[in-house]
Formats: sequence, C-alpha cells, structure tokens
Amino acid sequence: MINLLLFPIIIPFFFAIVLLFFKEQVRIQRILTVIGLSASIVAAFSLIMKVKQDGIQTLTLGSWPAPFGITMVSDMFSALLVTSTLVITLFVAIYSFSSIGEERERFFYYPAILFMITGVNGAFTTGDIFNMFVFFEVLLIASYLLIVLGGEKRQLRESIKYILVNVISSAFFVITIAYLYSIVGTLNMADIGQKIADIGQPGIVSVIGVLLLLVFGIKAGIFPLYFWMPGSYAAPPVPILALFGALLTKVGVYAITRTYTLFFVNDLAFTHTILMVLALLTIVAGCIGALAYFDLKQIIIYNILIAIGVILFGVSLMNEAGMQGAVFYLIHDMLIKGALFLIIGIMIHVTGTSNLREMGGLIKTHAPLGWLFLIAAFGLAGIPPLSGFVGKLLIVQGGFEHGQLFGTIVILLSSLIVLLSVIRIFIYAFWGEPVALQPTNRKTYKHMMFPTVILVALSVLYGVGTEWIFPYVSDAAHVLLDPSSYINAVLKE
Amino acid sequence: MKKNNVILQTTAKVTFFIISLFSIHIFFAGHFAPGGGFVGGLLTTGAIVLLLLAFDLETVQATLPFNFTIVIGIGLLLSLGTAAGAILFNVPFFTHAFAHFDLPLFGDTELHTAMIFDSGVYLVVVGAAITIIQSIGGDE
Repeated sequence: MINLLLFPIIIPFFFAIVLLFFKEQVRIQRILTVIGLSASIVAAFSLIMKVKQDGIQTLTLGSWPAPFGITMVSDMFSALLVTSTLVITLFVAIYSFSSIGEERERFFYYPAILFMITGVNGAFTTGDIFNMFVFFEVLLIASYLLIVLGGEKRQLRESIKYILVNVISSAFFVITIAYLYSIVGTLNMADIGQKIADIGQPGIVSVIGVLLLLVFGIKAGIFPLYFWMPGSYAAPPVPILALFGALLTKVGVYAITRTYTLFFVNDLAFTHTILMVLALLTIVAGCIGALAYFDLKQIIIYNILIAIGVILFGVSLMNEAGMQGAVFYLIHDMLIKGALFLIIGIMIHVTGTSNLREMGGLIKTHAPLGWLFLIAAFGLAGIPPLSGFVGKLLIVQGGFEHGQLFGTIVILLSSLIVLLSVIRIFIYAFWGEPVALQPTNRKTYKHMMFPTVILVALSVLYGVGTEWIFPYVSDAAHVLLDPSSYINAVLKE
Repeated sequence: MKKNNVILQTTAKVTFFIISLFSIHIFFAGHFAPGGGFVGGLLTTGAIVLLLLAFDLETVQATLPFNFTIVIGIGLLLSLGTAAGAILFNVPFFTHAFAHFDLPLFGDTELHTAMIFDSGVYLVVVGAAITIIQSIGGDE
C-alpha cells in the first residue's frame, strides 16, 4: 500500500463529498461523519506504525519523478499531527451532535469540518511548498464557512475581519513562494532545503525566511500578528472554536517549524533569534490577555498564544531537548486545548453566559464538571504527571543547554500565569455562592460530557504514558534536527 | 423592469447553444491544447448566466431543474474517483492511464483517464458557479 500516507487526507475528503448528497438528513450526516473520521483514525494509526517501522514515507503524485511532481511526505512529526487532528475532530464532532443545533447541521456543518480536516492533514503531509499553499486555502475556505455559519451579527462582523486578514496573508504567501522560486528554481521542499544549503543562504533567503514567518505567523497568531485572533475565534459556537483553537493555529506552527528546520538552517543567529524573540513576546502578550479578561472564551484563547510561544521557543533553540519538547508540547496542546474548549462550552451551556462574574457555585450542582475542569487546568499548566509537564520540562532543559537563561525563565514564569488564569476560572465559576441557573436539559449535558471526558482522559494518558509515547516524539524531533534524512527520503530515486 | 427584450431573448436562445457547443469543444481540446474542464465549465456557466440575464431566475430554474449542489458532489466524486483509481493498482495517487482505440467514425482515438477527471472539474465549476449566482440573485 504505497498510498497509505494519503488515506488520512482522502478519507475525510471522500466522506465530505458524500455528505453533500444528504443535506437534509441530519442523522445520516452524523453517522457518516463518525464512520469517516473513525476510518481515517485507523489509517492514521497504521501510518504511524509504518513510519516507525520503515522510516519516512514519500509518494510523488501521478508517478512523476521526485523534484518535479508534487511529493507527499509523512515523517513521524506529520504522522503524529495528522493522528491527533483526526482524534480531536472525532470528539468535537460527537460533541456537536447535541450542541451545535440542527439549523447549522443542515447547512453543511459536517462537510465543512471534513473539508477543513482534508486541508489540515494535507498541509501537515505535503512536501511541496506550493501545494502547502493550496491545502492552506482548502482549510481556510472551509473555515470561512464555519466562522459565518449561523449568521449571527457578531459572526458576520468577525468573519469580515477573519477573511480579510487571511486573504492578505495568503497573497503574501504566494508572493513569497514566487520570490523563493525565483531564487532556487524549485517548489519541492526537500529540494529547496538542499538548494539553499548549496548556495549557503545569502541575505535574500533570510528575507524570505522572515516573510514566511510573517505569513505563517498570521495563521499561528504570534506576537504582533495575533490581533485578529481573540475577536474572530470567540465569534462562532464552541465546537467550531475548539476546532479552530486546537487545529488551525497549529497548522501555522507546523509550517513555521517545518520551514525553519528544513530551509533556513544556515543562518541561525539571524532567523532563529527573530523567532525566539517573537516567541517570547507572544508568551508575554498571551499572559497579559489571559489575566486581563473575565470572559471564559478570551482567557482560553489567550492561553493558545502562550502555548504557541512556548512551542516556537522550543523550535528556535534547535537542540535535541528543545525540539523534542516542542513536538511533545505541540500534541499536548492540541489535545488539552480541544478538551478545555469543550469544557468551557459545557459551562457556557449550563450557565448561559461566558462572563465569569456572573457564574458561581457550579461545584454544588455540577461536581463532575468541576473536577474535570481542574484536571484539564492542571494538565494545561503542566503539573506532573499530567501531559503539559514533560514537554515544558524538555523545552526548559533545551533552553538551559542553549544558554538562554532569560527566555527559559520567562517560560517558567508563564507556567505560573497559565495556572493562575485557569484557576481563576475555577474559583470564580465553581466556588462561591451558587447563582440561579436556567433549567437546562440534563440529557444534553450528559451528551456533551461524554466526548469531553474522553478527550481529557486521552490527555491524561498522554502525560502518564510518556514512557511509551516518547520514542515516537524523539523520532519526530530527530528528523526535524537532521534535514538530510528528510531530503534523502524524498530525493532518493 | 424589463419589458421589451424580445431581441435579447431571441438572441440568447440561439447564442446559448453556440456557447455550449463551443464549451464542449474547448473541454475536449483541453488535453493537448489550451482549454479543459475549468474553462469549459466557465463557458457553460457563462451561457447559463446569459439566459438568466435575458429571462429570469424562475424560468431558468424551470428549464434546468437540477440541484446544483448535487452537481458539485457528482463532479467531486468523479474527480476523486479517477485519482483514487490508482490506489487499486498500487501506483501513486493521480497516476493516469491512456491507450489508443480504433473507434468507428472517429478513427484512431486516444482515450485518457484524465478526461474523466476533467469532466469532474467541469461539473464542479458549473455547479459551484451557478450555486453562487442563484444564491446571490435569489435573495433580493
């Protein structure tokens, strides 16, 4: 099965198409979505096994030779990301059954999710920089639908901002690729990496590096470019917010990581210092936001910024511990952010507001929800043995090895602020005098709890089972630090 | 609003067929010469838009009673199916096959699976463009 690495892209795409034929039959849509995502997860896990056993998988579409055709490459890093994407999407889809409302389900909600996953997985897998742009567009166009779906006033306002920002960043992306092509004369990422190494990264290539950082930074939400994110992400309903927060920003992080470990590795003092400074500033900005707001959604959205800063700091160190930490933390953050967004979704459902000041005493009526939130919050802050700990430990270790005392201390302090920001939610929402709640459907609450509990349990397992997961993470980091293994795998013929 | 557009309506009826035939020509020319499913689809859409201008939305919907969302779905399935056919033969995705056949009337003809892929593209373009025009033109 040489096409195995494409299955996590093709299967969601196929099911998305099939769902177009069942616009009105919501039940069939739900069943097909779950089947499609489960089948993709099976494929993704067998892909991980295959990559672990046989090394990097590559496939050049249409049987063209490697630097000319579009190559799809699955190394451990992309296989792990593809798998976590699918797992999170499955649980968010199940969560949507009882929370998104039939109105939206009828308007291509599930096909849009599946098309978006096609784009996300494609962007993780592709080995061709222009093809990466195409997959970015696929996921963006699906996300435009998702952000505006339902047509509330706030959604319409924010979607204009969202579309404008992303159209501009996509334009920059194409222009940057054109610059890059005019210098190296190839679009194949492995080939670009090799050519840049051959010409020794003159100044113009570093300029392209910064431009790419700008393009992906807008998507990932790094320091000066995150301005659109808190507003736009808070507009759509919680399941969509969970998908955006857990997946879309991570595609930007993936793209930065890939290009900064494969292309721009010959002038680390310039490119990676910029990356590091921006990462630290992102953390600071995220910390300020996370403490400043009394809105559940905003607090968690600003926590995304902090996580992105931490991951990119790990990447910018370019040493083994830092990179392993970045990979580990990236997957941890996808799981835990997905789980946290689902939890605050339940809290908003129960209380009818996202304003912390209007909540209180939830622990008396919804004790399991409270404990679930506490576990997820500790996981986010990185309290051992939960999953945030190992990633941050490795990044901190990498930071000290690199001699970056200041940056590392910022990372450590940011953990405290993360803990403070989420514990504030716990104190305000769960402690204190109970406020009168609108009577809500207990059954809906249970249906929403089910996928959330599993997602939190998965993140706990991810932390407790580090011993088993670590070989995979270490494989992923190994390929990132040794671009020649990636280049050889693609250009072997 | 429009009352005296006999000339436009009569011309549109004839031109519609000329443009449609031309779009089919462009579609088939697409393999070795400029053209193909995308341009062919746009031309067909152009022909339908001409009808929309000459008549109105209801008349055109009654003449072409398709659900264009389904057309998009069929087109995507055709394209994906052609590309995924390669999986059955265990060659890379998107690998196409072609052969020469001696067909009656046409003589020696090259049949290529890329044609099936392109007809999928054609359907998607027509379906998407008409859906957009219908939903924009539909709510006034």
